[in-house]
Amino acid sequence: MTIHLAKMRMGMSQMISVITKQSMLIQQDQDVVPFRNRVKECAVKLKMGLVNQTKLITAASELVRNMLKYGRGGQVVIEAVSKRNQFGVRLIFIDKGPGIPDIALAMKDGYSTGKSLGLGLPGTKRLVNEFDIESAVGVGTKVSIIKWCNG
Amino acid sequence: MGSNIIEILKNSQSTILENWSKTQASAMSFNDDLISSQEIQEQSEELITAFLRNLNEENLGNGDAPEFDEVVESLSDLSISRAKLGFSPKETSVFVNGMKNAIIDVLEAQLISQPAQLYAASKKLNYLFDSFSIVTFETFIRGREEVIIRQTDEISEISTPVIRVWEGILALPIIGTLDSARTQVVMENLLEAIVETGSSIAILDISGVPAVDSLVAQHLMKTVAATRLMGAECVISGIRPEIAQTIVHLGIDLSNIITKASLAHALRFSFQSLKLEVRKQQTPANR
Repeated sequence: MTIHLAKMRMGMSQMISVITKQSMLIQQDQDVVPFRNRVKECAVKLKMGLVNQTKLITAASELVRNMLKYGRGGQVVIEAVSKRNQFGVRLIFIDKGPGIPDIALAMKDGYSTGKSLGLGLPGTKRLVNEFDIESAVGVGTKVSIIKWCNG
Repeated sequence: MGSNIIEILKNSQSTILENWSKTQASAMSFNDDLISSQEIQEQSEELITAFLRNLNEENLGNGDAPEFDEVVESLSDLSISRAKLGFSPKETSVFVNGMKNAIIDVLEAQLISQPAQLYAASKKLNYLFDSFSIVTFETFIRGREEVIIRQTDEISEISTPVIRVWEGILALPIIGTLDSARTQVVMENLLEAIVETGSSIAILDISGVPAVDSLVAQHLMKTVAATRLMGAECVISGIRPEIAQTIVHLGIDLSNIITKASLAHALRFSFQSLKLEVRKQQTPANR
């Protein structure tokens, strides 16, 4: 039974298939705008609605700013993905920064080690459909989000 | 054997220059408004003199040799000045490669009976000019980047105008991304204009801001707070429906800031708070 469940879970995660994939290096503030434009292009190609587009772009913008501010830049993968019959955009942010010691705390509204509003991570989670964060102190942080076109 | 080649090249400087000018004339024919042919001639002569003066047996084929510093420097100057003049990278590299072709042509004419030597010399020259091309390319891009940086500065200068829409009412349309540097400029311009005009209401219109994330929101809040400290009220207008939804989901609290959907609404609000009334003119009764 447990094996069966595990298999099912694997099956679930594999059901996301990647249609197009591009990656981009983010090293300075000037990279934010072109990156956002690429995300927008990808969303427009999938015919995502304006509200969802704006949510996705805002989420992307939050995460990319985090990456620049705390992770000293990194890499972003922009993917058009599909699962069953729905399409969406997946963004994977990978940095080799100091990492986040307490993810639960970082995900709390209003908590910030910088002098910002502390809404970046929790706000982003509310803006997208799927949000996944992994971080190891001294190694880096990986954030992966998906916004479905009709999600 | 090697010195032979150097000798040949040094002796045929004028022929090389002539050949080179000819190829340039055909390549540049439609671009002579950017630079005069006399200037090109001067640049070519300078470059070729520097090249041949520093050329010797050992450094033939090694573009990193210290003797070529002079050549590399004048190549860099040349490509930067061309980038600024608006030449395309193709035209600049045609210019440099033209020199190589001219040199090889001369060698070919002189060494036609010694193919092995000709081949060895051309190969080395190719290496040499490849590294020169890279220098040209790099500096060309650098020249263009300087132009772009200057333009960016200019754009941020002109894209934050403060408009006096009515006595006591200022409007500030913000277009593009609002980052820390932009906010600084916006805030400075706005606060100065408030003092200058003695205005009591400032309208920040964000119709032209593509996305409002928490950083942009924070910058807006700071601007509003600073305006209030100056004794003026700040209204934010131009919040599009999708941006409103995003702000709510992000969890940004803008409730203590006056926000309006459009600039017109913000203006109406400003009139009201200044106790002004805008009315349609009464049409005189028909006689």
